[in-house]
Amino acid sequence: MRRLVTDTLIIAERNLIRLPRAPELLIGFTVQPIMFVLLFRYVFGGAISTPGYSYVDYLIPGIIVQNIAFGGFATALGLNEDVRKGLIDRFRSLPMSRAAVLGGRTLADVATNTLSMTILLITGVIIGFTFNTTISDAVAGIALLLLFGYAFSWFLAFLGLLASSPESVNSFGFIAVFPLTFISSAFVPVASMPDGLRQFAEVNPFTIVVDAIRHLWLGAPAGNNVWGAVAWSLAIIAVFAPLAVARYRRAAGR
Amino acid sequence: MTPSSAIEVSGLVKHFGSVRALDGIDLVAPQGQVLGLLGPNGAGKTTLVRVLATLLRPDAGSAHVLGLDVQHEAAQLRERIGLAGQYAAVDENLTGLENLTMVGRLYGARRRPARARGRELLERFELTDAESRPAKTYSGGMRRRLDLAAALVARPPVLFLDEPTTGLDPRSRLSLWEVIEGLVAEGTTVLLTTQYLDEADRLADNIAVIDHGRLIAEGTPDQLKDRLGGERLEVRLDAGADPDVAVRALASMSDDPPTAEDCVVKLAVRERSGAIVEAVQRLSDAGVGVDDLDLRRPTLDDVFLALTGHVAEEHAADEEKVGEPA
Repeated sequence: MRRLVTDTLIIAERNLIRLPRAPELLIGFTVQPIMFVLLFRYVFGGAISTPGYSYVDYLIPGIIVQNIAFGGFATALGLNEDVRKGLIDRFRSLPMSRAAVLGGRTLADVATNTLSMTILLITGVIIGFTFNTTISDAVAGIALLLLFGYAFSWFLAFLGLLASSPESVNSFGFIAVFPLTFISSAFVPVASMPDGLRQFAEVNPFTIVVDAIRHLWLGAPAGNNVWGAVAWSLAIIAVFAPLAVARYRRAAGR
Repeated sequence: MTPSSAIEVSGLVKHFGSVRALDGIDLVAPQGQVLGLLGPNGAGKTTLVRVLATLLRPDAGSAHVLGLDVQHEAAQLRERIGLAGQYAAVDENLTGLENLTMVGRLYGARRRPARARGRELLERFELTDAESRPAKTYSGGMRRRLDLAAALVARPPVLFLDEPTTGLDPRSRLSLWEVIEGLVAEGTTVLLTTQYLDEADRLADNIAVIDHGRLIAEGTPDQLKDRLGGERLEVRLDAGADPDVAVRALASMSDDPPTAEDCVVKLAVRERSGAIVEAVQRLSDAGVGVDDLDLRRPTLDDVFLALTGHVAEEHAADEEKVGEPA
């Protein structure tokens, strides 16, 4: 057990050290989110009506959730590369904990998610976002975001091990993640969507998580969203962590 | 299991779908020696190494390394083996020192000793100048050395090298050979796979030739060459000379009939001493002009050709790549 913890931290550290050396990834965590915020706030925002909230207040929780989902791509691409380049073989020939390679990878995402969330919050505040609740609620929102991001990293870990190349990680990933993030309450009120899309958006876990954050940061009505978001996060981990581990064994054990 | 053998393999079988990558291999490698595993691409060399390095479970048979069962005592075994692969398995975005420090810590060392050991290895492999550069900036030869260094972090008594010099330029190959020879001099047992006969010839104490997942020959390089029967005599005839006349003239010097191709006649001679003089004499008596004449020991190329019926290198990639996932 101690081995699992130290090895996980070693692998997480490795993934964080290498991050600034892969500038294309770092840009994904920093510049790209800011671009999206500005795009939605100033290009689309004026045309989207969000009763009860200014668009910037409405947007920031949604766009942070979207970004955190995309943050997991670092895991998907990183694991895919490790398998292809034989690094997984090296790890498996070492007397280290079997689970640490995936555990460390997803843990590193929590750090990068914290980074991109901070950048987005600062950008948001500069263009007019304000918290409208207590500090403890705001902090709970941050914790919930990191939990959901961690869960989603397991989904992308599975995807990264399934895909044969970084290109297919990207195309499968976008096909999965784009509809989930856009057909949700992240950018527009669900009520404005046509039938079909609206029903999908209502049960979409991204809607539930975004609405939970809006409750914790803006004081929007909660419903069951906060517990719903926690439950979804735990469910995603419960399903995709074992799948990813099984896939890891297969990818490496051939 | 005798204490003096580092690796013992018996009846090892591994399938990939319908391909039998290992088809009942038996093998013993004495401690402190280099066992060269020779064979074309897809012969099963990599599969065998992966089984021995605990990366792959065999379907049947057993394998012990240092007396430890690769399947049931894998965890203990991993403490005592090092693996360096065909592709240099280092993290390209980490520096040389960071790579080795990480591996040391994953072996259970604390950060400081792991760094110290990393530095020591970088110095030994002449990578000190590059220790704080990301590995992606390294040349092919430097990466292989770093990969090998990573395999040596825990001073493993048994080292698996899977085609360590494939794709390297001649100078890098030579320097890697010297490193491997140094390790063996310190008592490390090495199992080395290679497609290069000169590599096996130079490094290996014993050679196991495998093809299609089966062991087809085993012995020291000299023993394998002796199996071909003696020295090879190659005679290049003058343009216009009749090769058939030359073949008839030389036939009784060899147990097997000489071969003639273009203007070159080849035969395996029974006696080395005097063979050249005798050949020249006979050819001159038969009225055949000689352009050039060469007497040499058979190379492992000859051995391979004789054993498998095909040349080592040309048999490459396509056929069984399915069976040996990269």
